[in-house]
Amino acid sequence: MKKIRKSTLFIVAAFIALFTVSSITGFDYYFGDNSTTVVKGVDDIRLGIDIRGGVDVTFAPADDYDATDEQLDAATQKIKTRLGTLGINDNEIYSDYKSDRIIVRFPWQAGESEYDAEAAVKELGEMAELTFRKGTDSETDEDGNIIPTGELVLTGDDVEKADYIQQPDNLKWVVLLKLKPDGKEKFADATAELAGTSTPISIWMDNTMISYPTVDEAITKGEATITGNFTSDSAKALAEQINSGALPFKMVTTSFKTISPTMGEGSLDAILLAAYIAFALIAVYMIVLYKVPGVVAVIALIGQIAGTLAAVTGWFGFMPGSTLTIPGIAGIILSVGMGVDANIITGERIKEELRSGKSLDSAIKIAYKRAFSAILDGNITNVIIAIILMGAFGVPSSFFSKILNSTIFRMFGATTEGVVYSFGFTLLVGVICNFIFGVFAAKLMVMACSKFKALQNRKLYGGDVK
Amino acid sequence: MSKKKNIAAPTPAPTGKIYDFCGKKKMILAIAIAVILALVVGVAVRGVDLAIEFKGGTMLTYSYTGDLDMNAAAAKAQEIVGVNVSARQGEDLESDGYQLTLSFSSEEGLNADRQFELTSALTEMFPDNNLELFDSNDVSPSSGREFLLKCFLAMVVAAVLIIIYIAVRFSKIGGWSAGICSIFALCHDLVAALAASIIFGFEFNANIVAVILTILGYSINNTIVIYDRIRENRQLYPKADLNELINMGCSQSLRRSVRTSITTIGTMVIVAIVVFVSGYNSLLSFAVPLIFGLVSGTYSSLFVAPVTWSWWKNKSAKKKAKND
Repeated sequence: MKKIRKSTLFIVAAFIALFTVSSITGFDYYFGDNSTTVVKGVDDIRLGIDIRGGVDVTFAPADDYDATDEQLDAATQKIKTRLGTLGINDNEIYSDYKSDRIIVRFPWQAGESEYDAEAAVKELGEMAELTFRKGTDSETDEDGNIIPTGELVLTGDDVEKADYIQQPDNLKWVVLLKLKPDGKEKFADATAELAGTSTPISIWMDNTMISYPTVDEAITKGEATITGNFTSDSAKALAEQINSGALPFKMVTTSFKTISPTMGEGSLDAILLAAYIAFALIAVYMIVLYKVPGVVAVIALIGQIAGTLAAVTGWFGFMPGSTLTIPGIAGIILSVGMGVDANIITGERIKEELRSGKSLDSAIKIAYKRAFSAILDGNITNVIIAIILMGAFGVPSSFFSKILNSTIFRMFGATTEGVVYSFGFTLLVGVICNFIFGVFAAKLMVMACSKFKALQNRKLYGGDVK
Repeated sequence: MSKKKNIAAPTPAPTGKIYDFCGKKKMILAIAIAVILALVVGVAVRGVDLAIEFKGGTMLTYSYTGDLDMNAAAAKAQEIVGVNVSARQGEDLESDGYQLTLSFSSEEGLNADRQFELTSALTEMFPDNNLELFDSNDVSPSSGREFLLKCFLAMVVAAVLIIIYIAVRFSKIGGWSAGICSIFALCHDLVAALAASIIFGFEFNANIVAVILTILGYSINNTIVIYDRIRENRQLYPKADLNELINMGCSQSLRRSVRTSITTIGTMVIVAIVVFVSGYNSLLSFAVPLIFGLVSGTYSSLFVAPVTWSWWKNKSAKKKAKND
């Protein structure tokens, strides 16, 4: 490592301060009445239904359709996946077999307080069904809706997987479908029949025709492309909608209401109050026990917490935010606990090394080196746990979920369970932040401190006076 | 069999007092049995109150006017149906009226008589609120048995990976047995937390799932910190026998363990006090079992994991000696 100067202390501390402030306040600018969020702050955290309450929507099959229990289960699972894909990790979904109803509860969007029924349902995604049909025939029913009538070729059930890609030749966004074996067969038959004729194959989402390509030749390799005027966002949205699957029947909302939080109104204030008290006491405790390394530990912990919150808000542009629920808070508590532990381990080590007679400089170096193996192993095991949980309970399109659900958890299918995912998410981020702040930044700061004349008293690091 | 070793350590003996952790086998066994017994008795006496999301149940929605104390309503309903009832308020967006939703787990739904009994008790209790039954649903579990099974499997997979990780990283001190003993200590902590949850009569809901996951991480981390010290001592004192190394490692880590535990347990005690004082009792089902799990985690990382491990190693050493 390069020589550490006094100025390192100020640079690292300033960096942590800047990061913390920006991740808490975020950064908005106003243009007229419109506020644009550039950097997301804690106000942009979507709080879970257990903490803040939300919306309760009851769905029932349209037109008195009699859904089977299996269909209700399938619909429930699909709504769940859809919510997960939208980043709403926290939700409660119940199905009532007797009256064919599905009750969906999900939290308010961040900052939203007035109820906007339309936005709520829109957020759930359209209950769309994908169909491929021969020809473009349709009829208009008595309500003025256009209903496709062409002979059915494929439905969403025949699709194995949908992806959105940019075609290399014309840079247009398209949705690429990989078909299941029998879908492949059906599609091959239909395209063979229509090849060379002027009858196109039309592609519909519910009652909207997306495109109607004509068929040049039979398509036998089990892939189909949907072209249309897509942007990357609309192609992604369509691919995700197809991936989460069409609902087995059309549903209508029968009731809409707000719902108070499971934990009680205002529970967040109680949790925050407890967090402030606990943090203040931990800070005092660390500083009294470890003096200089204690102060550094407190700064590092602030950075670690800010880092975790930043990940939840979506401060880092490259990853989407998450919903903060009680299990998510548990993940933060655990990772902060491990952060405190890392600092205590090193603090104790510095004391030990000083007492065995080493110089301040080498005591700090050796202490960090020896403490690191324990911190590393402890944190890596937690990373393992976090990844397993995120993989087992994440949305099907997420990275870890793709790997784990196709191997270890095969027999279960991809069950999305937001609360467990949310725990894994905050734990993983917290552990990473622990390495950055609790180990790396803290080491830099303690070493820089030891360069100051005023801070070279061994007592300030817990050593005995010589 | 290994030669009788000379105890004299080449490196200066560690400072500080060394306690005999390995000699506490009986105490550890007794506590482990007590913890398991607490769980068994708890389950037998109080039963497991699975929440509606795991078991399915009934949701009754009442419309009302004016102000209504939903906690009192929940308490009354709890009296009648005999399981934990959660109450939530809302506003119907079509009629603009207020609604109260009571949900609780039930086996076969609530029969008409009980439902009538409950409704009349509530209307009697709140005569000025025009309480009326608006909707009743018998719902199937939202995260049912499959969720619990998958949770369990996820934990088993995590445990296996942790054992492998420990086996590799601690191969110098006999990693496989160390890994398995760390999982044994983890089970000890989980049983302690579950027993606390059941004995206090908390519902088995998403909060307890969060507790279990937290303990999973905390317990393993704690154990590893101790193992790390034993591994380091093995290098410093290559000739010392395992029991000495364990006693030394545990004694050296004692201060760190106590101090870390003061912060973690202290935090949860503060959370428990604040939510209790401010009346958010549903959060207690998170804070209280976690406190028990953390206490057990501290104890088991110092005693259960290292001592069962020493017992295991000594036993296999004896066996080997016999065979030779």
